[in-house]
Amino acid sequence: MKRRTLGLILVATALVLLPLVLTQIGTAWVRITNLAILFVFLALGLNIVVGMAGLLDLGYVAFYAVGAYTWALLASPHFDLHLPFWVILPLGALFACIAGALLGAPTLRLRGDYLAIVTLGFGEIVRIFMNNLSAPFNITNGPKGITRIDGLKIGGLDFRATDHFLGLDFTGPVKDYYLLLLLLLGVIIVNLRLQDSRIGRAWVAIREDEIAAKAVGINTRNIKLLAFAMGASFGGIAGGMFAAIQGFISPESFVLNESIMILAMVVLGGMGNVWGVIAGALLLSFVPELLRYSVEPLQRAMFGRMLIDPEVLRMLLFGMALVLTMRLRPAGLWPEARHRREMSGADR
Amino acid sequence: MSVLLEARHVSKRFGGVQALKDISLTIRRGEIYGLIGPNGAGKTTFFNVLTGLYPLDAGEVRLDGRPLNLSSPHRVAAAGIARTFQNIRLFGNMTALENVMVGRHLRTRAGVFGAILRTRAQREEERAICRRAEELLHYVDLGHRAHDLARHLSYGEQRRLEIARALATEPKLLALDEPAAGMNATETAALRELIAGLREDGVTVLLIEHDVKLVMGLCDRVAVLDYGEKIAEDVPAVVQKDPKVIAAYLGGSA
Repeated sequence: MKRRTLGLILVATALVLLPLVLTQIGTAWVRITNLAILFVFLALGLNIVVGMAGLLDLGYVAFYAVGAYTWALLASPHFDLHLPFWVILPLGALFACIAGALLGAPTLRLRGDYLAIVTLGFGEIVRIFMNNLSAPFNITNGPKGITRIDGLKIGGLDFRATDHFLGLDFTGPVKDYYLLLLLLLGVIIVNLRLQDSRIGRAWVAIREDEIAAKAVGINTRNIKLLAFAMGASFGGIAGGMFAAIQGFISPESFVLNESIMILAMVVLGGMGNVWGVIAGALLLSFVPELLRYSVEPLQRAMFGRMLIDPEVLRMLLFGMALVLTMRLRPAGLWPEARHRREMSGADR
Repeated sequence: MSVLLEARHVSKRFGGVQALKDISLTIRRGEIYGLIGPNGAGKTTFFNVLTGLYPLDAGEVRLDGRPLNLSSPHRVAAAGIARTFQNIRLFGNMTALENVMVGRHLRTRAGVFGAILRTRAQREEERAICRRAEELLHYVDLGHRAHDLARHLSYGEQRRLEIARALATEPKLLALDEPAAGMNATETAALRELIAGLREDGVTVLLIEHDVKLVMGLCDRVAVLDYGEKIAEDVPAVVQKDPKVIAAYLGGSA
C-alpha cells in the first residue's frame, strides 16, 4: 500500500512537471501531448461502446465533430455568440449524447459487421452535413471551417495568454495541458467506476451473450442505448476541448480515418481495459510524432539523403504493428483482466 | 396447492409446422413439474414461448393469477420466470461470481449516476449484490470457483452456475431446459439433489428432460408432449402406464 502511494506521488509529480520540461524542447511537443490526451479521451469513450458493450462502432468521430461544432458555433464570431465554457462543454456533451441515442435507436437489432456498416455511414453523414450546411443558411461555414474560435476562459484565467508564476512561463498550451489532465483524471475515474458497476456488468453481459442477458431480465435496448449515449458524450467533451484549443475546425478533422485510428487505439491497447486503452491511445499518438522528428535526420545521417517520407513510413509501421498485435496478442497489449485470465488458462 | 402458472390454449406455428397445438397446463406452487416428449415434440418451443423468446400465435399465460406479458424476455424475467438453456448460455469471459451478480440486475436499481458518484446507496447495493451472489454460489456448491471464468468451469459446474444465475433473479418459477443433457452419472446425481433441494426451499420448478429416470423420480406431475400436442398430464406413475405415451415413445399406434 505504501509503495503504491509513493508510486502515485511520483507519477503525479512527473505529470505536473512534464509540460515545463517539454516547453524546453519546444512548445510543439506540449501541443502534441495535448492532442494525445484528447485521443485518450476519445479512446476511453469508444471503449465503453466497443470494449464493454461489444458494439462495433466505426463512426465514433461523429460525436467528436458534434462536440467540436457545438463549441465552435456557440463561441466564435461566426454567429457572434461567446458563451462561457461551463455552458458549452455540457451542451456539447448533451448534443453528442443525443446524437449517440439517435444512432443507437435504429441499430439496436444489428450486431457485428452490420452494425459496423451503419455506424460507418452515420459518421460519414455527419461529416458531409458539416461540409454542406453552408447554404441556404450558413450554419457550419462548409469546408472552409470555422475560424477564430474563442479559447477557454475560466474566471480571470485566459488559456491563450501567457502567465508568469514562480519565475516560470505558463504559456497557453501548458495551461491547456493542466486542464486536460484534470478532465482526463475525471474521465478515467468515471470509466473505472462504470466498469465495476451494475450497468457495466450489464454491458459486458450483452457483449458476452445477448440472449442470456435478456433472459436474466436486462432490458438490452435501454442498456445498449445507454452505452451509445455515454460513449458519445465523452466524444462530445473531447470535441469541445479540441475546438477551444485549436481555435479552428473544419470537416477535414472528422474523417473516417480518425474513427479507425481511435478504434485501433482501443483494440491495440486492450479492449475493455481502461489502462490498456490509455496505453494504446498514447502509443498511437506519440509514435508517429516521434517518427516525424527522427526519421528525416536519421536517414540523412545514414544515407546522406531522404529515402522514405516519414508519412509513408508511419502508415507502414502502423499497419505492421496492428498485424503483429493481432497475431501475437489478440486481446491487445494490455488486455482486460478477465481476458488475460482466460488467455493464461488456455495456455496451460 | 394453489396454481402458480396457467397456460391456456397456447399455439405456435413456424411456417407450415404447427409446433404447439392448443396446449393448456397448470403448474402448482411448490411442485416440480416435468415436461417430456420425444425429440421435436415442442418442449423447447413451449419454453421459448413461455419465456418471451418467441411470440405466441394464440392463447395466454397467467402467472400468479395475472396475465403474463410475453412480448420480451426481460419482462418475463421481471414477472418472475427465470430459465436456463439447453445449450448452456453463460457470460463466458466473466467470473462465476460476476455471472450471478448479473442475475441480480433485475432486482437492483443503481444507474449510471449512482455508479459515477459512488453514492452511499450504490455502494451498499453493490455489497448486497456481491453477498447474495456468493450465497447463491455456495448454494449450488460453486463457492470455491467464484473467481474463475465461467468458461473454465466443467460442464456440470456450468449447468449449476446457470441455475444460480437464474435463482439470483428471485423467480417464482424456475424453468430448466434439459439440465441433465450431456452430464455423466455423478453430475446427474448432484443435479437431482440440487433440484430436490430447490423444492424443499419452496421454489417451483418446470423441468424439461430427456432422462426419463430423472423425471420420473423427481417430478410431482408430468405432462407429455407429442407433435406439439399434450397427450397426457398426471403423476409420473400414471403417465408411465398411459398407452398413448408408450406409443409416442416406442412408435406404433395406440
